[in-house]
Amino acid sequence: MTTKQKVGWIAITVVVLVYTLGPLVSILMTSFKATGDLTTGRFLPTSFVLDNYTQIFAGSARDLFLPALRNSIGITLIATAIAVVLATLCAYAIARLDFPGKRLVLFSALGVSMFPVISIVTPLFNLWRTIGLYDTWAGLIIPYLSLTLPISIYTLAAYFQQIPWDLERAAQVDGATSFEAFRKVIVPLALPGVFTTAIIAFFIAWNDFVYGISLTSTSAARPVPAALAFFTGASQFEEPTGAISAAAIIVTIPIIIIVVLFQRQIVSGLTQGAVKG
Amino acid sequence: MSETAAAPTRAADPPVEERRKPKKAPLSDRARAERRLGIMLAAPAFVVMVAVTVYPIVQAFFDSLFSYRLTAPDEREFVGLANYGVLFTDPVFWKDLGVTVLITLVTVAVELVLGFVLALVMHNAITKLRGLLRTAILVPYGTITVVSAFAWFFAFDINTGFVNSWLPFVEDSFNWFGSAAPALTVIMLSEIWKTTPFISLLLLSGLAQVPGELTEAARVDGGTRWEIMRRVVLPNMKAAIMVAVLFRALDAFRIFDNVFIMTNGAYGTEVLSLLAYRTSIGRLEIGMGSAISVVLFLCVIGIAIVAIKGFKVDLTSGEGR
Repeated sequence: MTTKQKVGWIAITVVVLVYTLGPLVSILMTSFKATGDLTTGRFLPTSFVLDNYTQIFAGSARDLFLPALRNSIGITLIATAIAVVLATLCAYAIARLDFPGKRLVLFSALGVSMFPVISIVTPLFNLWRTIGLYDTWAGLIIPYLSLTLPISIYTLAAYFQQIPWDLERAAQVDGATSFEAFRKVIVPLALPGVFTTAIIAFFIAWNDFVYGISLTSTSAARPVPAALAFFTGASQFEEPTGAISAAAIIVTIPIIIIVVLFQRQIVSGLTQGAVKG
Repeated sequence: MSETAAAPTRAADPPVEERRKPKKAPLSDRARAERRLGIMLAAPAFVVMVAVTVYPIVQAFFDSLFSYRLTAPDEREFVGLANYGVLFTDPVFWKDLGVTVLITLVTVAVELVLGFVLALVMHNAITKLRGLLRTAILVPYGTITVVSAFAWFFAFDINTGFVNSWLPFVEDSFNWFGSAAPALTVIMLSEIWKTTPFISLLLLSGLAQVPGELTEAARVDGGTRWEIMRRVVLPNMKAAIMVAVLFRALDAFRIFDNVFIMTNGAYGTEVLSLLAYRTSIGRLEIGMGSAISVVLFLCVIGIAIVAIKGFKVDLTSGEGR
Protein backbone atom coordinates (compact mmCIF):
# COMPACT_ATOMS: atom_id res chain seq x y z
CA MET A 1 0.00 0.00 0.00
CA THR A 2 1.31 3.41 -0.92
CA THR A 3 1.73 6.21 1.62
CA LYS A 4 -0.89 8.18 -0.25
CA GLN A 5 -3.48 5.42 0.22
CA LYS A 6 -2.58 5.12 3.90
CA VAL A 7 -3.05 8.84 4.44
CA GLY A 8 -6.32 8.59 2.54
CA TRP A 9 -7.62 5.85 4.82
CA ILE A 10 -6.59 7.72 7.94
CA ALA A 11 -8.42 10.81 6.65
CA ILE A 12 -11.55 8.75 5.94
CA THR A 13 -11.38 7.21 9.41
CA VAL A 14 -11.10 10.64 11.02
CA VAL A 15 -14.15 11.87 9.10
CA VAL A 16 -16.17 8.80 10.15
CA LEU A 17 -15.08 9.20 13.78
CA VAL A 18 -16.06 12.87 13.84
CA TYR A 19 -19.44 12.01 12.35
CA THR A 20 -20.25 9.11 14.66
CA LEU A 21 -18.78 10.45 17.88
CA GLY A 22 -19.35 14.20 17.36
CA PRO A 23 -22.82 14.49 18.89
CA LEU A 24 -21.80 12.41 21.90
CA VAL A 25 -18.63 14.43 22.47
CA SER A 26 -20.73 17.57 22.24
CA ILE A 27 -23.13 16.42 24.97
CA LEU A 28 -20.15 15.16 27.00
CA MET A 29 -18.64 18.67 26.86
CA THR A 30 -21.98 20.18 27.86
CA SER A 31 -22.10 17.84 30.86
CA PHE A 32 -18.85 19.36 32.17
CA LYS A 33 -20.04 22.96 31.92
CA ALA A 34 -20.93 25.03 34.97
CA THR A 35 -24.37 26.65 34.90
CA GLY A 36 -23.08 30.05 33.84
CA ASP A 37 -20.99 28.44 31.15
CA LEU A 38 -23.90 26.81 29.32
CA THR A 39 -24.91 29.79 27.25
CA THR A 40 -21.53 30.94 25.96
CA GLY A 41 -22.14 29.42 22.54
CA ARG A 42 -18.82 27.60 22.78
CA PHE A 43 -18.22 23.91 22.17
CA LEU A 44 -15.74 23.42 25.02
CA PRO A 45 -16.41 24.35 28.64
CA THR A 46 -14.30 27.24 29.95
CA SER A 47 -13.51 25.04 32.93
CA PHE A 48 -14.35 21.40 33.47
CA VAL A 49 -16.61 20.95 36.51
CA LEU A 50 -18.42 17.89 37.87
CA ASP A 51 -21.39 19.83 39.29
CA ASN A 52 -23.86 18.20 36.92
CA TYR A 53 -22.78 14.71 37.90
CA THR A 54 -23.04 15.60 41.58
CA GLN A 55 -26.49 16.95 40.92
CA ILE A 56 -27.84 13.71 39.41
CA PHE A 57 -26.18 11.42 41.94
CA ALA A 58 -26.48 13.46 45.12
CA GLY A 59 -28.22 16.74 44.37
CA SER A 60 -31.63 17.95 43.32
CA ALA A 61 -32.05 15.65 40.31
CA ARG A 62 -31.17 12.59 42.37
CA ASP A 63 -34.71 11.49 43.16
CA LEU A 64 -35.55 11.63 39.49
CA PHE A 65 -32.45 9.96 38.10
CA LEU A 66 -31.47 7.19 40.51
CA PRO A 67 -34.86 5.41 40.65
CA ALA A 68 -35.11 5.73 36.88
CA LEU A 69 -31.68 4.17 36.47
CA ARG A 70 -32.69 1.32 38.76
CA ASN A 71 -35.94 0.83 36.83
CA SER A 72 -34.17 0.88 33.47
CA ILE A 73 -31.54 -1.65 34.50
CA GLY A 74 -34.04 -3.99 36.18
CA ILE A 75 -36.77 -3.84 33.57
CA THR A 76 -34.38 -4.08 30.63
CA LEU A 77 -32.46 -7.04 32.07
CA ILE A 78 -35.63 -8.98 32.92
CA ALA A 79 -37.18 -8.26 29.51
CA THR A 80 -33.95 -9.30 27.79
CA ALA A 81 -33.69 -12.52 29.81
CA ILE A 82 -37.28 -13.55 29.09
CA ALA A 83 -36.95 -12.69 25.40
CA VAL A 84 -33.70 -14.63 25.03
CA VAL A 85 -35.04 -17.75 26.78
CA LEU A 86 -38.27 -17.81 24.75
CA ALA A 87 -36.46 -16.96 21.52
CA THR A 88 -33.82 -19.65 22.09
CA LEU A 89 -36.46 -22.37 22.48
CA CYS A 90 -38.36 -21.06 19.47
CA ALA A 91 -35.29 -20.66 17.26
CA TYR A 92 -34.03 -24.11 18.18
CA ALA A 93 -37.36 -25.58 17.09
CA ILE A 94 -37.27 -23.60 13.84
CA ALA A 95 -33.70 -24.53 13.00
CA ARG A 96 -33.78 -28.14 14.11
CA LEU A 97 -37.23 -29.64 14.15
CA ASP A 98 -39.88 -30.33 11.57
CA PHE A 99 -43.26 -29.09 12.70
CA PRO A 100 -46.31 -27.47 11.14
CA GLY A 101 -46.63 -23.71 11.64
CA LYS A 102 -42.93 -22.95 11.29
CA ARG A 103 -43.50 -20.35 8.61
CA LEU A 104 -46.38 -18.91 10.60
CA VAL A 105 -44.08 -18.29 13.58
CA LEU A 106 -41.45 -16.59 11.42
CA PHE A 107 -44.05 -14.59 9.58
CA SER A 108 -45.64 -13.33 12.80
CA ALA A 109 -42.21 -12.37 14.12
CA LEU A 110 -41.72 -10.29 10.98
CA GLY A 111 -45.17 -8.75 11.35
CA VAL A 112 -44.67 -7.92 15.02
CA SER A 113 -41.30 -6.29 14.33
CA MET A 114 -43.04 -3.93 11.90
CA PHE A 115 -45.74 -3.05 14.38
CA PRO A 116 -46.06 0.66 15.17
CA VAL A 117 -45.51 0.87 18.91
CA ILE A 118 -47.81 3.83 19.31
CA SER A 119 -50.72 1.81 17.88
CA ILE A 120 -50.76 -0.54 20.84
CA VAL A 121 -49.96 2.07 23.45
CA THR A 122 -53.51 3.42 23.64
CA PRO A 123 -55.21 0.05 24.28
CA LEU A 124 -52.43 -1.02 26.65
CA PHE A 125 -52.67 2.25 28.58
CA ASN A 126 -56.37 1.64 29.07
CA LEU A 127 -56.00 -2.06 29.87
CA TRP A 128 -53.07 -1.60 32.25
CA ARG A 129 -55.04 0.99 34.22
CA THR A 130 -57.95 -1.43 34.52
CA ILE A 131 -55.94 -4.45 35.64
CA GLY A 132 -53.37 -2.58 37.72
CA LEU A 133 -50.27 -2.99 35.59
CA TYR A 134 -50.01 0.74 34.88
CA ASP A 135 -46.81 2.21 36.32
CA THR A 136 -45.33 -1.18 37.29
CA TRP A 137 -42.25 -3.08 36.11
CA ALA A 138 -44.38 -5.87 34.64
CA GLY A 139 -46.38 -3.23 32.77
CA LEU A 140 -43.24 -2.36 30.80
CA ILE A 141 -41.62 -5.80 30.62
CA ILE A 142 -44.61 -7.30 28.79
CA PRO A 143 -44.75 -4.72 25.96
CA TYR A 144 -40.93 -4.76 25.71
CA LEU A 145 -41.25 -8.40 24.67
CA SER A 146 -43.02 -7.23 21.51
CA LEU A 147 -39.88 -5.23 20.69
CA THR A 148 -37.24 -7.77 21.66
CA LEU A 149 -38.78 -11.15 20.75
CA PRO A 150 -39.05 -10.83 16.96
CA ILE A 151 -35.47 -9.71 16.36
CA SER A 152 -34.22 -12.28 18.89
CA ILE A 153 -36.03 -15.10 17.08
CA TYR A 154 -34.68 -13.95 13.71
CA THR A 155 -31.12 -13.53 14.87
CA LEU A 156 -31.03 -16.85 16.71
CA ALA A 157 -32.81 -18.85 14.01
CA ALA A 158 -30.30 -17.59 11.44
CA TYR A 159 -27.47 -18.41 13.83
CA PHE A 160 -28.69 -21.88 14.75
CA GLN A 161 -29.15 -22.78 11.09
CA GLN A 162 -25.41 -22.49 10.62
CA ILE A 163 -24.51 -24.82 13.45
CA PRO A 164 -23.33 -28.19 12.11
CA TRP A 165 -25.82 -30.29 14.04
CA ASP A 166 -24.24 -33.51 12.75
CA LEU A 167 -21.43 -32.97 15.24
CA GLU A 168 -23.85 -33.98 17.95
CA ARG A 169 -24.37 -37.37 16.33
CA ALA A 170 -20.67 -37.76 15.80
CA ALA A 171 -20.15 -37.24 19.52
CA GLN A 172 -22.82 -39.85 20.25
CA VAL A 173 -21.09 -42.33 17.98
CA ASP A 174 -17.94 -41.65 19.97
CA GLY A 175 -19.77 -42.82 23.10
CA ALA A 176 -21.37 -39.69 24.56
CA THR A 177 -24.98 -39.84 25.74
CA SER A 178 -27.49 -37.64 23.90
CA PHE A 179 -27.49 -35.09 26.68
CA GLU A 180 -23.70 -35.04 26.97
CA ALA A 181 -23.38 -34.65 23.24
CA PHE A 182 -25.82 -31.76 23.26
CA ARG A 183 -24.24 -30.04 26.26
CA LYS A 184 -20.61 -30.46 25.24
CA VAL A 185 -20.91 -29.96 21.50
CA ILE A 186 -23.99 -27.91 20.64
CA VAL A 187 -24.26 -25.61 23.65
CA PRO A 188 -20.74 -24.14 23.25
CA LEU A 189 -21.45 -23.55 19.55
CA ALA A 190 -24.82 -21.93 20.28
CA LEU A 191 -23.79 -19.72 23.20
CA PRO A 192 -22.15 -16.92 21.20
CA GLY A 193 -25.35 -16.51 19.20
CA VAL A 194 -27.46 -16.43 22.34
CA PHE A 195 -25.13 -13.87 23.86
CA THR A 196 -25.20 -11.65 20.76
CA THR A 197 -28.97 -11.81 20.74
CA ALA A 198 -29.04 -10.76 24.38
CA ILE A 199 -26.94 -7.67 23.58
CA ILE A 200 -29.19 -6.63 20.70
CA ALA A 201 -32.35 -7.23 22.75
CA PHE A 202 -30.83 -5.20 25.59
CA PHE A 203 -30.09 -2.27 23.25
CA ILE A 204 -33.64 -2.26 21.96
CA ALA A 205 -35.28 -2.35 25.38
CA TRP A 206 -32.80 0.21 26.76
CA ASN A 207 -33.72 2.56 23.89
CA ASP A 208 -37.49 2.49 24.42
CA PHE A 209 -39.20 5.82 25.01
CA VAL A 210 -42.83 5.55 23.89
CA TYR A 211 -43.84 2.81 26.35
CA GLY A 212 -41.71 4.45 29.01
CA ILE A 213 -43.56 7.75 28.98
CA SER A 214 -47.01 6.32 28.20
CA LEU A 215 -47.30 3.45 30.64
CA THR A 216 -45.63 4.98 33.70
CA SER A 217 -46.37 8.03 35.80
CA THR A 218 -44.04 7.94 38.80
CA SER A 219 -40.54 6.87 39.76
CA ALA A 220 -42.01 3.43 40.56
CA ALA A 221 -41.37 2.24 37.03
CA ARG A 222 -40.32 5.19 34.87
CA PRO A 223 -37.16 4.29 32.92
CA VAL A 224 -34.27 6.67 32.22
CA PRO A 225 -35.22 7.84 28.71
CA ALA A 226 -38.65 8.89 29.98
CA ALA A 227 -37.19 10.45 33.13
CA LEU A 228 -34.83 12.57 31.01
CA ALA A 229 -37.84 14.10 29.29
CA PHE A 230 -39.29 15.08 32.66
CA PHE A 231 -36.16 16.65 34.15
CA THR A 232 -36.75 20.13 35.48
CA GLY A 233 -34.22 22.71 36.55
CA ALA A 234 -33.46 23.82 40.09
CA SER A 235 -35.69 26.82 39.52
CA GLN A 236 -38.32 27.65 36.99
CA PHE A 237 -35.90 29.84 35.06
CA GLU A 238 -33.03 27.42 35.04
CA GLU A 239 -32.89 24.98 32.17
CA PRO A 240 -31.78 21.50 33.33
CA THR A 241 -29.37 21.21 30.39
CA GLY A 242 -26.36 20.26 32.52
CA ALA A 243 -28.16 17.59 34.51
CA ILE A 244 -29.71 16.05 31.40
CA SER A 245 -26.33 15.96 29.69
CA ALA A 246 -24.69 14.26 32.66
CA ALA A 247 -27.50 11.70 32.90
CA ALA A 248 -27.29 11.12 29.14
CA ILE A 249 -23.58 10.38 29.43
CA ILE A 250 -24.15 7.97 32.32
CA VAL A 251 -26.66 5.89 30.34
CA THR A 252 -24.47 5.95 27.23
CA ILE A 253 -21.31 4.64 28.91
CA PRO A 254 -22.48 1.02 29.27
CA ILE A 255 -23.49 1.03 25.61
CA ILE A 256 -20.09 2.27 24.49
CA ILE A 257 -18.36 -0.40 26.58
CA ILE A 258 -20.54 -3.17 25.13
CA VAL A 259 -20.01 -1.88 21.58
CA VAL A 260 -16.24 -1.68 21.98
CA LEU A 261 -15.99 -5.16 23.50
CA PHE A 262 -18.41 -6.97 21.22
CA GLN A 263 -18.53 -5.07 17.92
CA ARG A 264 -17.75 -8.16 15.87
CA GLN A 265 -20.58 -10.21 17.41
CA ILE A 266 -23.09 -7.36 17.17
CA VAL A 267 -22.39 -6.81 13.49
CA SER A 268 -22.72 -10.49 12.61
CA GLY A 269 -25.82 -10.89 14.76
CA LEU A 270 -27.62 -7.90 13.32
CA THR A 271 -26.90 -8.70 9.71
CA GLN A 272 -27.60 -12.43 9.96
CA GLY A 273 -30.90 -11.85 11.67
CA ALA A 274 -32.12 -9.25 9.25
CA VAL A 275 -30.83 -10.41 5.89
CA LYS A 276 -30.60 -14.16 6.07
CA GLY A 277 -33.39 -14.68 8.58
CA MET B 1 -31.81 -27.01 7.57
CA SER B 2 -33.88 -29.66 9.24
CA GLU B 3 -33.03 -32.11 6.46
CA THR B 4 -29.55 -32.65 7.79
CA ALA B 5 -30.85 -33.06 11.30
CA ALA B 6 -33.85 -35.21 10.71
CA ALA B 7 -32.83 -37.36 7.77
CA PRO B 8 -30.64 -39.88 9.59
CA THR B 9 -33.29 -40.60 12.18
CA ARG B 10 -35.84 -41.80 9.67
CA ALA B 11 -34.67 -44.90 7.88
CA ALA B 12 -36.97 -44.95 4.87
CA ASP B 13 -37.27 -41.26 4.23
CA PRO B 14 -39.58 -40.17 1.44
CA PRO B 15 -38.13 -37.81 -1.16
CA VAL B 16 -37.93 -34.13 -0.20
CA GLU B 17 -41.05 -33.09 -2.12
CA GLU B 18 -43.22 -35.55 -0.30
CA ARG B 19 -41.81 -34.77 3.09
CA ARG B 20 -42.96 -31.19 2.72
CA LYS B 21 -46.52 -32.47 2.87
CA PRO B 22 -46.28 -34.81 5.79
CA LYS B 23 -50.02 -35.39 5.96
CA LYS B 24 -49.92 -37.72 2.96
CA ALA B 25 -47.48 -40.18 4.45
CA PRO B 26 -48.27 -41.76 7.81
CA LEU B 27 -46.02 -40.25 10.42
CA SER B 28 -43.61 -42.35 12.33
CA ASP B 29 -43.71 -42.06 16.12
CA ARG B 30 -40.40 -40.32 16.00
CA ALA B 31 -41.63 -37.71 13.51
CA ARG B 32 -44.78 -37.17 15.53
CA ALA B 33 -42.75 -36.64 18.68
CA GLU B 34 -40.58 -34.17 16.80
CA ARG B 35 -43.61 -32.21 15.65
CA ARG B 36 -44.98 -32.09 19.16
CA LEU B 37 -41.67 -30.93 20.60
CA GLY B 38 -41.31 -28.29 17.86
CA ILE B 39 -44.72 -26.86 18.56
CA MET B 40 -44.13 -26.92 22.31
CA LEU B 41 -40.82 -25.07 22.01
CA ALA B 42 -42.05 -22.48 19.53
CA ALA B 43 -45.43 -21.87 21.14
CA PRO B 44 -44.46 -19.71 24.15
CA ALA B 45 -42.67 -17.08 22.05
CA PHE B 46 -45.43 -17.14 19.44
CA VAL B 47 -48.21 -16.80 22.01
CA VAL B 48 -46.46 -13.93 23.80
CA MET B 49 -45.81 -12.02 20.56
CA VAL B 50 -49.38 -12.39 19.40
CA ALA B 51 -50.88 -11.61 22.79
CA VAL B 52 -48.83 -8.44 23.20
CA THR B 53 -49.64 -7.05 19.74
CA VAL B 54 -52.71 -8.65 18.20
CA TYR B 55 -54.93 -8.34 21.25
CA PRO B 56 -54.26 -4.59 21.73
CA ILE B 57 -54.75 -3.77 18.06
CA VAL B 58 -58.08 -5.61 18.00
CA GLN B 59 -59.03 -3.68 21.13
CA ALA B 60 -57.99 -0.46 19.37
CA PHE B 61 -60.24 -1.28 16.39
CA PHE B 62 -63.09 -1.83 18.83
CA ASP B 63 -62.44 1.30 20.92
CA SER B 64 -62.16 3.42 17.79
CA LEU B 65 -65.87 2.86 17.14
CA PHE B 66 -66.85 4.60 20.37
CA SER B 67 -66.95 8.13 21.61
CA TYR B 68 -64.98 7.40 24.72
CA ARG B 69 -63.10 9.73 27.05
CA LEU B 70 -61.47 8.53 30.24
CA THR B 71 -62.47 11.83 31.82
CA ALA B 72 -66.12 10.94 31.26
CA PRO B 73 -66.27 7.12 31.12
CA ASP B 74 -70.02 6.98 31.67
CA GLU B 75 -70.71 8.82 28.44
CA ARG B 76 -69.17 6.06 26.36
CA GLU B 77 -71.27 5.70 23.26
CA PHE B 78 -71.14 3.70 20.02
CA VAL B 79 -70.54 6.09 17.12
CA GLY B 80 -69.51 3.73 14.32
CA LEU B 81 -66.95 5.23 12.01
CA ALA B 82 -67.59 8.81 13.15
CA ASN B 83 -64.14 9.11 14.75
CA TYR B 84 -62.56 8.31 11.39
CA GLY B 85 -64.83 10.86 9.73
CA VAL B 86 -63.69 13.55 12.16
CA LEU B 87 -60.08 12.51 11.73
CA PHE B 88 -60.12 12.55 7.92
CA THR B 89 -61.72 15.99 7.79
CA ASP B 90 -59.31 17.46 10.35
CA PRO B 91 -56.54 19.52 8.72
CA VAL B 92 -54.25 18.71 11.68
CA PHE B 93 -54.33 15.03 10.74
CA TRP B 94 -53.38 15.71 7.11
CA LYS B 95 -50.66 18.12 8.15
CA ASP B 96 -49.18 15.58 10.59
CA LEU B 97 -49.41 12.87 7.96
CA GLY B 98 -47.58 15.16 5.54
CA VAL B 99 -44.80 15.86 8.05
CA THR B 100 -44.48 12.14 8.82
CA VAL B 101 -44.26 11.22 5.12
CA LEU B 102 -41.74 14.01 4.49
CA ILE B 103 -39.52 12.84 7.37
CA THR B 104 -39.78 9.23 6.17
CA LEU B 105 -38.87 10.04 2.55
CA VAL B 106 -36.00 12.38 3.35
CA THR B 107 -34.39 10.33 6.11
CA VAL B 108 -34.62 7.02 4.25
CA ALA B 109 -33.19 8.55 1.06
CA VAL B 110 -30.30 10.24 2.87
CA GLU B 111 -29.64 7.17 5.01
CA LEU B 112 -29.57 4.88 2.00
CA VAL B 113 -26.85 6.98 0.35
CA LEU B 114 -24.90 7.69 3.52
CA GLY B 115 -25.31 4.11 4.74
CA PHE B 116 -24.01 2.78 1.44
CA VAL B 117 -20.97 5.06 1.62
CA LEU B 118 -20.24 3.88 5.16
CA ALA B 119 -20.75 0.26 4.08
CA LEU B 120 -18.24 0.75 1.26
CA VAL B 121 -15.80 2.30 3.73
CA MET B 122 -16.13 -0.68 6.10
CA HIS B 123 -16.00 -3.16 3.22
CA ASN B 124 -12.83 -1.77 1.70
CA ALA B 125 -11.05 -0.53 4.80
CA ILE B 126 -7.52 -1.75 5.42
CA THR B 127 -7.37 -4.45 8.08
CA LYS B 128 -5.87 -2.26 10.77
CA LEU B 129 -8.68 0.27 10.62
CA ARG B 130 -11.58 -2.10 10.01
CA GLY B 131 -12.32 -2.86 13.67
CA LEU B 132 -12.07 0.79 14.69
CA LEU B 133 -14.42 1.88 11.90
CA ARG B 134 -16.98 -0.79 12.72
CA THR B 135 -16.90 0.10 16.40
CA ALA B 136 -17.34 3.80 15.62
CA ILE B 137 -20.23 3.13 13.27
CA LEU B 138 -21.97 0.99 15.91
CA VAL B 139 -21.87 3.75 18.53
CA PRO B 140 -24.89 5.69 17.20
CA TYR B 141 -26.82 2.40 16.84
CA GLY B 142 -26.37 1.73 20.56
CA THR B 143 -27.04 5.29 21.68
CA ILE B 144 -30.53 5.92 23.04
CA THR B 145 -32.64 7.99 20.63
CA VAL B 146 -33.54 10.36 23.46
CA VAL B 147 -29.85 11.00 24.17
CA SER B 148 -29.21 11.63 20.49
CA ALA B 149 -32.19 14.00 20.42
CA PHE B 150 -30.87 15.98 23.39
CA ALA B 151 -27.35 16.08 21.93
CA TRP B 152 -28.59 17.59 18.66
CA PHE B 153 -31.07 19.83 20.45
CA PHE B 154 -28.48 21.32 22.81
CA ALA B 155 -26.04 21.83 19.93
CA PHE B 156 -28.57 23.84 17.90
CA ASP B 157 -30.56 25.45 20.71
CA ILE B 158 -30.43 29.25 20.75
CA ASN B 159 -29.33 29.37 24.41
CA THR B 160 -26.99 26.44 24.83
CA GLY B 161 -25.94 25.80 21.24
CA PHE B 162 -22.60 26.33 19.55
CA VAL B 163 -23.65 25.53 16.00
CA ASN B 164 -24.65 29.10 15.14
CA SER B 165 -21.17 30.38 15.99
CA TRP B 166 -19.68 27.67 13.78
CA LEU B 167 -21.84 28.24 10.72
CA PRO B 168 -20.72 31.37 8.88
CA PHE B 169 -23.99 31.81 6.96
CA VAL B 170 -26.20 31.66 10.06
CA GLU B 171 -26.84 34.59 12.37
CA ASP B 172 -25.89 33.97 16.00
CA SER B 173 -29.44 34.83 17.01
CA PHE B 174 -31.06 32.34 14.61
CA ASN B 175 -33.61 30.14 16.38
CA TRP B 176 -33.57 26.68 14.80
CA PHE B 177 -36.60 25.61 16.79
CA GLY B 178 -38.71 28.65 15.96
CA SER B 179 -40.17 27.46 12.67
CA ALA B 180 -40.95 24.22 10.88
CA ALA B 181 -38.23 23.89 8.23
CA PRO B 182 -35.12 24.37 10.41
CA ALA B 183 -36.64 22.42 13.31
CA LEU B 184 -37.48 19.50 11.02
CA THR B 185 -33.96 19.69 9.61
CA VAL B 186 -32.42 19.17 13.06
CA ILE B 187 -34.96 16.45 13.89
CA MET B 188 -34.06 14.63 10.69
CA LEU B 189 -30.32 15.09 11.26
CA SER B 190 -30.65 13.44 14.64
CA GLU B 191 -32.76 10.61 13.22
CA ILE B 192 -30.28 10.07 10.39
CA TRP B 193 -27.31 10.08 12.75
CA LYS B 194 -28.87 7.53 15.05
CA THR B 195 -30.21 5.06 12.48
CA THR B 196 -27.77 5.14 9.54
CA PRO B 197 -25.52 2.49 11.18
CA PHE B 198 -28.32 -0.05 11.00
CA ILE B 199 -28.84 0.50 7.28
CA SER B 200 -25.12 0.49 6.59
CA LEU B 201 -24.61 -2.82 8.42
CA LEU B 202 -27.36 -4.41 6.34
CA LEU B 203 -25.79 -3.02 3.16
CA LEU B 204 -22.36 -4.22 4.31
CA SER B 205 -23.64 -7.78 4.53
CA GLY B 206 -25.23 -7.29 1.13
CA LEU B 207 -21.87 -6.18 -0.26
CA ALA B 208 -20.23 -9.25 1.20
CA GLN B 209 -22.70 -11.45 -0.67
CA VAL B 210 -21.85 -10.05 -4.12
CA PRO B 211 -19.84 -12.81 -5.83
CA GLY B 212 -16.22 -11.70 -6.27
CA GLU B 213 -15.91 -13.50 -9.64
CA LEU B 214 -18.65 -11.29 -11.09
CA THR B 215 -16.97 -7.99 -10.23
CA GLU B 216 -13.64 -9.45 -11.32
CA ALA B 217 -15.06 -10.53 -14.68
CA ALA B 218 -16.62 -7.09 -15.19
CA ARG B 219 -13.29 -5.46 -14.43
CA VAL B 220 -11.49 -7.71 -16.92
CA ASP B 221 -14.09 -6.73 -19.53
CA GLY B 222 -13.02 -3.13 -19.02
CA GLY B 223 -15.94 -1.84 -16.97
CA THR B 224 -15.39 1.38 -15.09
CA ARG B 225 -15.93 1.48 -11.34
CA TRP B 226 -19.25 3.20 -11.76
CA GLU B 227 -20.44 0.68 -14.34
CA ILE B 228 -19.45 -2.24 -12.14
CA MET B 229 -21.26 -0.66 -9.20
CA ARG B 230 -24.41 -0.01 -11.19
CA ARG B 231 -24.57 -3.17 -13.30
CA VAL B 232 -23.03 -5.82 -11.03
CA VAL B 233 -22.87 -4.79 -7.38
CA LEU B 234 -26.20 -3.03 -6.90
CA PRO B 235 -28.39 -5.63 -8.68
CA ASN B 236 -26.80 -8.33 -6.54
CA MET B 237 -27.58 -6.38 -3.39
CA LYS B 238 -31.26 -6.03 -4.15
CA ALA B 239 -32.41 -8.16 -1.23
CA ALA B 240 -30.23 -6.33 1.29
CA ILE B 241 -31.32 -2.91 -0.02
CA MET B 242 -34.95 -3.94 0.12
CA VAL B 243 -34.72 -5.16 3.70
CA ALA B 244 -32.87 -1.99 4.71
CA VAL B 245 -35.37 0.35 3.04
CA LEU B 246 -38.37 -1.53 4.38
CA PHE B 247 -37.20 -1.66 7.98
CA ARG B 248 -36.02 1.93 8.00
CA ALA B 249 -39.15 3.28 6.29
CA LEU B 250 -41.39 1.56 8.83
CA ASP B 251 -39.20 2.82 11.64
CA ALA B 252 -39.07 6.38 10.32
CA PHE B 253 -42.83 6.43 9.90
CA ARG B 254 -43.16 5.72 13.61
CA ILE B 255 -40.84 8.60 14.56
CA PHE B 256 -41.63 9.91 18.01
CA ASP B 257 -38.70 10.38 20.41
CA ASN B 258 -36.82 13.05 18.44
CA VAL B 259 -39.88 15.19 17.84
CA PHE B 260 -41.13 14.83 21.40
CA ILE B 261 -37.81 15.96 22.88
CA MET B 262 -36.93 18.76 20.47
CA THR B 263 -40.20 20.56 19.75
CA ASN B 264 -42.99 18.44 21.22
CA GLY B 265 -44.77 19.04 17.94
CA ALA B 266 -44.68 22.83 18.09
CA TYR B 267 -44.28 25.05 15.00
CA GLY B 268 -45.70 22.54 12.54
CA THR B 269 -43.41 19.66 13.40
CA GLU B 270 -46.03 17.31 14.80
CA VAL B 271 -46.02 13.74 13.48
CA LEU B 272 -48.74 11.07 13.54
CA SER B 273 -47.31 9.16 16.52
CA LEU B 274 -47.28 12.36 18.53
CA LEU B 275 -50.85 13.14 17.53
CA ALA B 276 -51.90 9.66 18.71
CA TYR B 277 -50.00 10.12 21.98
CA ARG B 278 -51.38 13.61 22.59
CA THR B 279 -54.95 12.47 21.91
CA SER B 280 -55.03 9.31 23.99
CA ILE B 281 -52.46 9.67 26.77
CA GLY B 282 -52.51 13.46 26.90
CA ARG B 283 -56.22 14.23 26.51
CA LEU B 284 -57.50 10.76 27.46
CA GLU B 285 -59.72 10.60 24.38
CA ILE B 286 -59.45 6.86 23.99
CA GLY B 287 -61.93 6.53 21.11
CA MET B 288 -60.27 9.12 18.90
CA GLY B 289 -56.77 8.06 19.96
CA SER B 290 -57.60 4.47 19.00
CA ALA B 291 -58.82 5.64 15.59
CA ILE B 292 -55.47 7.38 14.99
CA SER B 293 -53.63 4.25 16.20
CA VAL B 294 -55.57 2.13 13.73
CA VAL B 295 -54.87 4.52 10.85
CA LEU B 296 -51.16 4.48 11.73
CA PHE B 297 -51.23 0.70 11.80
CA LEU B 298 -52.88 0.55 8.37
CA CYS B 299 -50.31 3.01 6.98
CA VAL B 300 -47.48 0.79 8.20
CA ILE B 301 -49.08 -2.29 6.62
CA GLY B 302 -49.47 -0.29 3.41
CA ILE B 303 -45.79 0.67 3.39
CA ALA B 304 -44.79 -2.93 4.00
CA ILE B 305 -46.93 -4.19 1.11
CA VAL B 306 -45.67 -1.52 -1.28
CA ALA B 307 -42.05 -2.15 -0.31
CA ILE B 308 -42.32 -5.93 -0.63
CA LYS B 309 -44.23 -5.77 -3.94
CA GLY B 310 -42.04 -3.00 -5.28
CA PHE B 311 -38.85 -4.94 -4.81
CA LYS B 312 -40.39 -8.27 -5.81
CA VAL B 313 -38.43 -10.14 -3.17
CA ASP B 314 -40.05 -12.76 -1.01
CA LEU B 315 -39.04 -11.83 2.51
CA THR B 316 -39.75 -15.27 3.86
CA SER B 317 -37.78 -17.08 1.19
CA GLY B 318 -34.89 -18.89 2.70
CA GLU B 319 -36.81 -19.63 5.84
CA GLY B 320 -38.67 -22.64 7.08
CA ARG B 321 -37.02 -24.90 4.56
